[in-house]
Amino acid sequence: MEIILAIMIGGLYAAAVYMILRRSLVKILIGIVLLSQATNMLIFVSSGITRGNSPVIKAEETVLSQPHADPLPQALVLTAIVISFGLTAFALALTYRAYKSVKTDDLDKLRSAAMGGEENV
Amino acid sequence: MTNLLVAPILIPMLFGILCLLSFKSTRLQRILGFVGTIVLFCASLGLFFLTLKHEILVLHIGSWPAPYGITLVSDLFSAIMQLLTSIVGLAVGWYSLAMIGEQRTAFGFYALFHFLLMGVNGSFLTADIFNLYVWFEVMLISSFVMMALGGERAQMAGALKYVVINLISSAIFLAALGILYGIAGTLNMADLAVKFSQIDSNSSRALISALAVLFLAAFGIKAAIFPLFFWLPASYHTPPAAIAAVFSGLLTKVGVYALIRVFTLIFIQDTGFTHTLILVLSCLTMLIGVFGAMVQHEFRRVLSFHIVSQIGYMLMGLGLFTPLALAASVFYIMHHILVKTNLFLVSGVVEYLGKTADLNKLGGLYRSQPLLAILFLIPAMSLAGIPPLSGFFAKFNLIKTGLLESQYWVVGIALIVSLFTLYSMIKLWNQAFWKPAPPLSPDVPVVQEKVLCKPMILPIVLLASLTILVGVGIGPVFEIAMRTGVQLFEPARYITAVLGGL
Repeated sequence: MEIILAIMIGGLYAAAVYMILRRSLVKILIGIVLLSQATNMLIFVSSGITRGNSPVIKAEETVLSQPHADPLPQALVLTAIVISFGLTAFALALTYRAYKSVKTDDLDKLRSAAMGGEENV
Repeated sequence: MTNLLVAPILIPMLFGILCLLSFKSTRLQRILGFVGTIVLFCASLGLFFLTLKHEILVLHIGSWPAPYGITLVSDLFSAIMQLLTSIVGLAVGWYSLAMIGEQRTAFGFYALFHFLLMGVNGSFLTADIFNLYVWFEVMLISSFVMMALGGERAQMAGALKYVVINLISSAIFLAALGILYGIAGTLNMADLAVKFSQIDSNSSRALISALAVLFLAAFGIKAAIFPLFFWLPASYHTPPAAIAAVFSGLLTKVGVYALIRVFTLIFIQDTGFTHTLILVLSCLTMLIGVFGAMVQHEFRRVLSFHIVSQIGYMLMGLGLFTPLALAASVFYIMHHILVKTNLFLVSGVVEYLGKTADLNKLGGLYRSQPLLAILFLIPAMSLAGIPPLSGFFAKFNLIKTGLLESQYWVVGIALIVSLFTLYSMIKLWNQAFWKPAPPLSPDVPVVQEKVLCKPMILPIVLLASLTILVGVGIGPVFEIAMRTGVQLFEPARYITAVLGGL
């Protein structure tokens, strides 16, 4: 199971890097989303996948029953998902706003705007 | 008493929320925004002196003991950094009263500013590496909005680059965290240091070295080191000067702080590899930054490239890795934050007076604004390293360490870069202040007003006098830096303070 997930993560990273290297802003954003998903999966897998009990101490016991899954990576992933959700939403809004003021989503044409040029072409 | 540790985080949060609550009234937001920075400064000063007395302060949030809960730690390094944050906050909050327009204030500039300070202080004070990631994100999201606030064309282009590169850096940081947890099973930095020092198998060592490089890349993007610095000069000249000043003073320095923290506490097994790599990168960063600045013809672009170059000096101390070298790095950061913020503040006033940032179109400011010219000259000469200003001692100590460690080529590069820095600063001085004003084009109105009494000039005076003060009172200041360097070099005390009896 870990092998399959590892290959999948690698594929996600490859796709993310490919998309980030594109010139279109929207495609870069898709790349960023893929990148954060790949990272989330990486955290999830890196501490090992255990088939076992849930990490909750039962009423009559004082310690966790072995084997149990490690709950922390999932908490980390949850935090990371929330943060990347917010950031992606902001990045989308920014892209839209940039598109409206610069009238292009091509990065090469955007450069002229950064240089203070008024030309769009 | 240790509860004071949360103050530098809670105070900006409180004032950020208050600013949001008074969203309708820009006047109230300005007052709250400025008062907040004063309160923060007082609290930070208190925490600084308390830390100076007790060496290390530890606060377990919610009383959860160290490896399990989140711990806030203020050792000397953190205390210095959060004090500098509050000084920059005070100066820029003051400056913004005059320089941030009605529109940007109405869109919540002060609220964002305080949330940014909260994120920066949180990053400096936390002792949990995942918590560090969360603070990074708090800081980043505020900085994203501040970068784009106002929505001018050039700003949009700058903000897009800034956002994309920072999201990538965060993803790398997060991936490194995942692998780190997979290896060590803990996220508390002190606990990580203990766990990593016990690892003895070769394959794990190799994995740790790879992990160290991953962290170097993640923090390196934030700190703008070679070859990951391209986003900085491409974006820092676009927002208003007040915002660029906070960014230049604090954000890259958070990256440097994280690098120093991680590479003095956690990744110290294979210094022959990691720290040599950092040393080489620091030299390249210095050189590329200063050469980049030479060809620029815009006030703030020159300054932006100099940030990159100066980051190299800060990392040089980390790369040399002795107590004196670390002390020199810490002192360099102190000097740099004061000076760089100040230069950006001056650049804002210059742009305001000259209505342009293009050096070819500026000129004659020495004749019309002699005070401003002097106020530019102080931080500029300090940056170049002219005694008795702070920059001289910062460079002197780094170079002294380099000579003691017999790293002659590093010393050589540092000296050459210092010379070119002087060249750049003189270029700025000649072009903007000294040369006669170019013939006015009809669309540029002449500004004849005196800037002396405006609130924009007072924070510049404040920071300039601090630069002089640090230079003149070098003895006690460097003593604090030296204590910090020793503390960073011997993390055992940090570890026992955090983990208690464990």
